[in-house]
Amino acid sequence: MRKANFPKSSSVESTSGNMIGMKNDRIVGTSVPRREGRDKVTGQARYVDDMVLPGMLYGATVRSRIPRGKIKKVKFGPGIHWKEFVIVSAKDIPGKNCIALIEDDQPCLADGIVNHPEEPILLLAHPDRHLLPKAVEAVSIEYDPLPAIFTMEESETLRERIWGSDNTFKQILIEKGDVESVWPKADYVVEGEYRTGAQEQLYIENNGMIAAFDSEKGLTAWGSLQCPFYVHRALMKLCDLPAEKTRVVQMETGGAFGGKEEYPSMIAAHAALLAIKSGKPVKIIYDRMEDMAATTKRHPSRTRHRTAVSKDGKILGGEIEFTLDGGAYATLSSVVLSRGAIHAGGPYYWPHVRIRARAVATNAPPHGAFRGFGAPQSLFALERHMDRIAEVVQLSPVEIRRRNFLQPGQTTTTGQTASEPIDLGKLLDRALELSDYETKKKRFVAENQRANCKKGIGIASFLHGAGFTGAGERYLGSVVGVEGCEDGRVRVLVSSSEFGQGTKTVLCQIAAEALGLRYEDVDIAQPDTQEVPNSGPTVASRTVMIVGKLVQSAAIGIRQTLAASGLLGNSYSPEQFRAACRDYVAKHGRFRSLARYEQPESIVWDEEKYRGSAYAAFAWAVYVAAVTVDMTTCGVSVDDFVALQEVGKVLHPVLAKGQIVGGIAQAIGFALYEKVFWENGRMLNGQMTNYIMPTSADLPPIRVYFEEMGNVHGAFGAKGIGELPIDGPAPAIINAVGDALGVSFDAIPLLPEDIFDALEKHAGTACATSSLRRGQ
Amino acid sequence: MTKSPGDRLKLEIVLTVNNKAVKVRAHAMDRLLDVLRHELGLTGTKEGCGEGECGSCSVLMDGALVNSCLIPVLQAKGTRIVTIEGLAGHGRFCALHEAFLNCGGAQCGICTPGMILAAFHLLEKKPKPTAKEISEGLSGNLCRCTGYAQIVEAVMEAARRRVET
Amino acid sequence: MRAYPADYELIRPGTLTDVLLLLAREPGAWLPIAGGTDLMVQYAAGRLPGRKLVSIWNLPELRRIEVFPDEIQIGAASTYTDLRESEIVRDEFALLSSAASWTGGIANQNQGTIGGNIVNASPAGDSLPALLVYEAELSLISARGERRVPYTNFHLDYRKTQLATDELIRAVCLARRFSGYYAHARKVGPRRSQAIAKVCLAALGKIEKDVATDIRLAMGSVAPVPVRLTETEKALRGKRIVPELVRLASQTAAKEIRPIDDIRSTARYRAAVAGNLVAEFLERLSASGSQI
Repeated sequence: MRKANFPKSSSVESTSGNMIGMKNDRIVGTSVPRREGRDKVTGQARYVDDMVLPGMLYGATVRSRIPRGKIKKVKFGPGIHWKEFVIVSAKDIPGKNCIALIEDDQPCLADGIVNHPEEPILLLAHPDRHLLPKAVEAVSIEYDPLPAIFTMEESETLRERIWGSDNTFKQILIEKGDVESVWPKADYVVEGEYRTGAQEQLYIENNGMIAAFDSEKGLTAWGSLQCPFYVHRALMKLCDLPAEKTRVVQMETGGAFGGKEEYPSMIAAHAALLAIKSGKPVKIIYDRMEDMAATTKRHPSRTRHRTAVSKDGKILGGEIEFTLDGGAYATLSSVVLSRGAIHAGGPYYWPHVRIRARAVATNAPPHGAFRGFGAPQSLFALERHMDRIAEVVQLSPVEIRRRNFLQPGQTTTTGQTASEPIDLGKLLDRALELSDYETKKKRFVAENQRANCKKGIGIASFLHGAGFTGAGERYLGSVVGVEGCEDGRVRVLVSSSEFGQGTKTVLCQIAAEALGLRYEDVDIAQPDTQEVPNSGPTVASRTVMIVGKLVQSAAIGIRQTLAASGLLGNSYSPEQFRAACRDYVAKHGRFRSLARYEQPESIVWDEEKYRGSAYAAFAWAVYVAAVTVDMTTCGVSVDDFVALQEVGKVLHPVLAKGQIVGGIAQAIGFALYEKVFWENGRMLNGQMTNYIMPTSADLPPIRVYFEEMGNVHGAFGAKGIGELPIDGPAPAIINAVGDALGVSFDAIPLLPEDIFDALEKHAGTACATSSLRRGQ
Repeated sequence: MTKSPGDRLKLEIVLTVNNKAVKVRAHAMDRLLDVLRHELGLTGTKEGCGEGECGSCSVLMDGALVNSCLIPVLQAKGTRIVTIEGLAGHGRFCALHEAFLNCGGAQCGICTPGMILAAFHLLEKKPKPTAKEISEGLSGNLCRCTGYAQIVEAVMEAARRRVET
Repeated sequence: MRAYPADYELIRPGTLTDVLLLLAREPGAWLPIAGGTDLMVQYAAGRLPGRKLVSIWNLPELRRIEVFPDEIQIGAASTYTDLRESEIVRDEFALLSSAASWTGGIANQNQGTIGGNIVNASPAGDSLPALLVYEAELSLISARGERRVPYTNFHLDYRKTQLATDELIRAVCLARRFSGYYAHARKVGPRRSQAIAKVCLAALGKIEKDVATDIRLAMGSVAPVPVRLTETEKALRGKRIVPELVRLASQTAAKEIRPIDDIRSTARYRAAVAGNLVAEFLERLSASGSQI
């Protein structure tokens, strides 16, 4: 296995591709203008609802109002001229009635039976957009209800089997060493149960899609999405069309965060069916209420830890039971489970461990991808549990982590050797220094005696594996292209989508750097399945690391073609490159260089036993949150937040900071604000008024710092960054609240009402809580 | 587009949009947001929630920041509306525009038009705001991508540039 | 957007007189709409209780603040921004000023009106507790003439008021006798901005040498209507503000209200926080020594 040595500074050289040409003009590592930024700030960027096609109809969905049952009768009520409408049901589906993903269990339209509230049953289309909600209201459906289940616990009892033989989408077992051997040796056995709730992605642009069909060109779908080829695959299967007659184009996408990873296939399928039946283009745009009620959310979780600990605070081993609520259909639950299970041991050394993970079915709209993808759930549990262990063993939260950090050469829970020269102890020290942790901790203890506002400080240390798990990247076999164009510029061809995180900008930077060109000399194609190769989905923090690396390779291929044709020497200026490229294209036409992903030999993964190298690279972090709990209201405010992370080379400082702050903001919502209220499988608070996400007035100053250490596998030494920042803040904050109040909290979102209830119970009194103020 | 029976109930409403007098045919209760986007083709103003919570639909109406999803177009009759399209090219706007680009104030961009309108409105009233005042002034505009920090930086920078020029 | 615009009618007669004549001709048929920050949300959800609306937005007789020697009259269609920008409201009716500053974001403040807040009659209305402690009077107007009612009794039940079907609120009338009071308000919501209150308090106090000579407390979101805490006030008036009294007052407040469990909060939490807010006010009042 090739070992890489990188100096610990930001002047990291790339390992493949030399620094050609401009020595002073580094593009990678600088904050170049966002590629599509000008259009965004002038309001010219085109999102799906900004596009209108001639003759276009609008579509809407008639959905189930019950959680589970058989459809008895469908009635089209009075007051609507039904003949003006295009109506589609399951029987109109040309191909297979499913949204192809991993299993093919999720119907595109319910056919006789429904398994969750909001399940799509019928589709309507009409030229008058505002008439549709009225028409949807006028359809009444009679059901024979069946018993439904709404919690993981109910699902586990198997009193109702709603999916497969045992309500289980997926089970994973990770075993290392011999966990039974640790219990007799333990000085302490620490147990805890931790829960996280559903979280709505809440992209500000609702889901939307336009589809058009003609028998010659086939089907085209344009929309707000992350993964054009996922949609492409789903449409082929649904409409029984070949690849060349199916085309998916990504439009400017107003936020996604995973919420547009799998769901767009569903809405594209609906628009497609209406387009096929009507012969006209059809646009479906959800309003906020529909989007919140019917589309995916983060999987609720329950994690149970049982850990054997020595008296000097070392983890001897443990059992972790990690359970996810998947909703009614499989969608991506198996993969969310996988990542959650693999991250369940965090950045620590577990000599022996057994991790039992299960994703179970309930009669709720299916849960799906959301930034972090299982890791925020299992890491919340772990980082809360570390503080609990600290308390039992009577060590500080700092010390318990320090003593258990993975050291280079040790193995993770899946047996992956930590080969990077990362020093987590040093990372921790730096985070403590930046946050003034020790001083504040002492000061808070003193101040809390007399104050009506209790202050606390909490830590989380964690990691995030970049790219698809194990053999996933090999299975994807991503392909990237770079094309030489008539004007001498080059064009990057990827299916990776831009939705705010900076895909276009960074991939252009990488290509420009690899070729010694200026940033302006590189263009990037809009993801269109007819135009670009499949570089895999835009998920899993893989874009810069995996796809970026392929862009680098493909770009070098362009240079090699020009060099081989004698048009370009070994060193050249951007102008010379462009001239050479122009000449080549004039003679031979546009030319492409493709690069395909090849799994490094060092990454070996056993999917059966869940052992081996789960990820090519991990990003690491230590976050520190300082909070105040106002005892008058039990309201928590985060006063200071330090985010220190190691993410390999930072390719674009402004974008990187934006990813970290944005992810932390979402995690603060996850921890303290964003509660989904459920009733019989339906979301009660599906409006922005009632689903509380933080405003600008609610967030603390967030201080972001990077440690840089190269990554041999990523482009210019980069690792993934998008999801890491949402993994750690929640436990850091809840640990801080626990520090402030001397009471442990094990479930999020943690609302003031929950704190109030816990303090009442803790105080053992049921009277008015004026006694909580001033520590009376 | 098929003519619906509702078409006969439409009114002619005159208003000024981005300094141009326009006449639209719309129902009195058509939302100003829909009239801007569909009748006038000014799709820069966005719908994020339809309930006046997210601010993506913010425009200026007679100089005041308003949520266009909450305004029946008849209430906008005779008013001066400024949308994001109207701000482009505005002398003072250029500073905001550039600052958002330099500071990472726009990620996915969907909240950006409303956010820039709100920032513009704020700077008109408070040319030298503190970070806290900016946070408060923009608290009616939700952003899910940035966590607001770089938006606040952008507005601070725009304020600095305006003072300098 | 779940309303079909062609099904609705909105007219703008343009003068107060014409609006009142319309309401007199067809009482209950027309829903007056000012800024629309409540009604348009209901409309977009397809839940507007009526298909015909009459605009009272920007009518000069309704959107103005008139100052008299012993009272001010705030036109019902004055926006929250109008309130925030009014010097006299800031100086003499600070509770109203602060309530206006935490009603939604800037855009909602530019459109929302105090009359709308009253007529919408949600117990969570941000300005309503302030109106209670200021003992506001409402000038109600119709084609039949004008009448003044004390605001105290204006709310009959959850979302029901004394307003007759042909009436509008013309103005909110506030007597100018509160400058000498210590004013305190606090809204407890799920976040710092753009939030519907879980509990809110508006309070006025006068203190002389530790004795509370006058105490006025009103709360929102703790009953079907906004309420004056008359029991708690009685327990406080004329007494020395000492820790025992603060505890008693806070317990009395918690017992006096009738909060519920709903999507925003729980009854037990609201009761406890209500008590805490009262205690917080009394401590600050005591510390202020009622310096004018």
